[in-house]
Amino acid sequence: MPSFLNAKRPPVFCPGCSHSQVVNALDKTFQNMGLAGEQIVIVSDIGCSGLFDTFFNTHAFHGLHGRALTYAAGIKFARPDLHVIVTMGDGGLGIGGAHVLSTCRRNLDLTLLVLNNFNYGMTGGQCSATTPEEARVGSGFLNRLEKPIDACQVMGIAGAGYVTRASAYTKTLPATLEAAIRFDGFAAVDIHGVCTGRYTKQNKLTPKTIKASLEEMPSLESYSALNARKEYGRHYRETASQLKPVASPHHIETQFEPPRTDDGRSCQKSDFLEEKPDFSGRQEVVIMGSAGQRIITAGEILCLAGITAGQHASQKNDYPITVLRGHSVSELILSEEKIGYTGIETPCAVIALAQEGVNRRRAMFGHLPPETLVIKNKDVDIPSCAGKIVETDFKADRIKSQDWALAALALLAHRNMVISMDMLEAALKIRFKGKVLENVLTLVTLYRTIL
Amino acid sequence: MAFSFMEGNEAISWAAYKAGCRFFAGYPITPATTIFNTMLKLLPPDGGICIQGEDEIASIGFCLGASMAGMKVMTATSGPGISLYSEQISFAIGSEIPIVIVNVQRLGPSTGSATKGADGDIQFMRWGNSGGQPVIVLVPVDIKDCYILTMHAFNLAEEFRCPVFIAANKEVSMTRETIDLSSLTLPKITNRKYAADDTPFQPFAASADCLTPAFQPIGAKHLVRQTSSTHGLDGYITTDSELIAANQERLNTKIKNGADRFTFYEEFMAPGADTLIITYGVTARAAQVAVNTLCQNGHPVSLLVLKTLWPVPSRLIKTKSAPFKQIAVIEMNMGQYVREIKRLSGDKPVKFHGCMNGDLITPAQIREVLINA
Ligand code: SF4
Repeated sequence: MPSFLNAKRPPVFCPGCSHSQVVNALDKTFQNMGLAGEQIVIVSDIGCSGLFDTFFNTHAFHGLHGRALTYAAGIKFARPDLHVIVTMGDGGLGIGGAHVLSTCRRNLDLTLLVLNNFNYGMTGGQCSATTPEEARVGSGFLNRLEKPIDACQVMGIAGAGYVTRASAYTKTLPATLEAAIRFDGFAAVDIHGVCTGRYTKQNKLTPKTIKASLEEMPSLESYSALNARKEYGRHYRETASQLKPVASPHHIETQFEPPRTDDGRSCQKSDFLEEKPDFSGRQEVVIMGSAGQRIITAGEILCLAGITAGQHASQKNDYPITVLRGHSVSELILSEEKIGYTGIETPCAVIALAQEGVNRRRAMFGHLPPETLVIKNKDVDIPSCAGKIVETDFKADRIKSQDWALAALALLAHRNMVISMDMLEAALKIRFKGKVLENVLTLVTLYRTIL
Repeated sequence: MAFSFMEGNEAISWAAYKAGCRFFAGYPITPATTIFNTMLKLLPPDGGICIQGEDEIASIGFCLGASMAGMKVMTATSGPGISLYSEQISFAIGSEIPIVIVNVQRLGPSTGSATKGADGDIQFMRWGNSGGQPVIVLVPVDIKDCYILTMHAFNLAEEFRCPVFIAANKEVSMTRETIDLSSLTLPKITNRKYAADDTPFQPFAASADCLTPAFQPIGAKHLVRQTSSTHGLDGYITTDSELIAANQERLNTKIKNGADRFTFYEEFMAPGADTLIITYGVTARAAQVAVNTLCQNGHPVSLLVLKTLWPVPSRLIKTKSAPFKQIAVIEMNMGQYVREIKRLSGDKPVKFHGCMNGDLITPAQIREVLINA
């Protein structure tokens, strides 16, 4: 098998740098495995280990510092058939820590080689996440204050199914690398080596001391059993293949005419005549309630009802980031023309169901014209306003709080305001199915008899 | 006519799917999360991939890897996420990786307000990368634009091999609206140009008539190299300043030369008007209402709505504003795009109204600016 090394671009590491050993071992591994260059992608990080991709006749992806695992994952998702090998230093291990942990948890079939030489070679020998506290490095005293990590233990704890350590000098490195590449899932090899350019200028580290220290490090044996599970990509595709394709967006046909006032005008306000409270062409409705009152669902139903009469609709909701607590306000517009401004200017109906919602829109009440219908449930205090107030007592009508908004829509429909009863029922049939639909239809019909 | 009723974010997602996007990765953030939710429903059952990254940096990193393996990719976030994308965006620009980035803008600075809208990232999207090379930024006014511009965004990303932003706004993305999908005139789908299989492949070789290099995916028969380092045509690091200069020039001109072809806009020209409003995004809707009222009240004003903000459609802006005595720029920030308009307007007075308080700019506010103009 011919070498994968790029004859035109021989390694350019400092004399004695152990990265050369790893380059040769990786070349040997590819040869032993009988791979072709186009089956392999080397994704390299930043720093001296970031040069790796340039030495091989394989696909290559050299990106940003610490992010190599992210590109590798993207490539592997797209092309599960490729062997994706990531080379990263102890620098990348630190800066890309979140990606290292997530890659271990995910178990996508990638191979990570950590070229661990205990310092940042390229930038001048500063301390990294693996620098021993007693080492003398380019970061002055700073490394003495921090504890180094054992990359393999961190990765094993995080869920990697294959973690092992090796010396860059060991003869068995190609076999170790091959086992890592063949592992069906995420595999990481922490390769301890020597940075002659920086680290060993002030610290004693030799193939012999590396071998000795590796032998003293804690065993990693338990992780393969502990973390054994399905490879992520295959698992993803298997799970996804069971999912039902999503239905295309629902189209709602026009079935009705929007309600008209006695003089034949639609009771709507126009975008073109925003100063007069003449509700021709555009109607705004605001529902003010609290979390749990299904305000947003009611808003959607009002819009769907409008759409059944061929109207344009818009819905803006306002609720706190927390759920099940606080205000819930829905701002709805139905219009015979395309909706321009989506803010509320002169609502033709305001539905006040809870104090939280009203408090959120207090300023609106002062501007309401006498034509605005204000549906106000018992015990909700609203600021004084010019609108026509209709007081409801949904509780006395034995309607549950989560149905008040829907009942208020039934009240609007009963008055043939904004929507008709036909439109409301059609909307409910679009939005709900089965038992729920039965319940809401009963509610709307029952409420009509109460009225 | 048959309407569907959906959020702007859903329209963006459906359009991406329609454009051939089969890879999405994102990190949850209001007001962009519903794009992730929709893509998660759309892609996996169809053999596509939708992934939740451990953070924004990973999410866009996944996308860049998948794009280089030949997929059409999209990610979505808001301002805080764009900050984290920044280094990856620089990479995608310099190394010509097609990607659509949806920025559902929310009120900043920083964490700001998750559920309030703004257009505060307009200059940030253009200049928030190292090296300062150009990107494409399209801005939707409404749900229809969310759909159509997203499809254009994919076409442009494929054609120019660059990041294309959809500069949405919470007010467009999270507002549900009616859309008649069957009435849309959709752009024809463009796919990236592939290099011939039978000639030696140079990953960054372009020609005078096509400034975008022909593509081969990672995993192709030809060995493909991608690198964030300053590179020659072969994708290896280079220090050759002539090669570097030529490449920088190409990155700049490939986008700028294309500008006239993807200058999207709408105009409303009122006879007798001496003022032209220039605006974009959701604010254009209030501006149109204000203009309608002013025209009806015998105070004609014209309106130019820009839907391509970057590269700056200089020719369009100059031509359209030429007949007017003055220009008024309205935007949901403290004055960002007005810089470009002023730069292009010579001696013509440019009035500005900006507001960034989480509320929409109202038609009444715009009328006031114009009446006092
Ligand atoms: S600086 Fe260190 S890691 Fe980098 S090439 Fe030199 S010896 Fe190797």
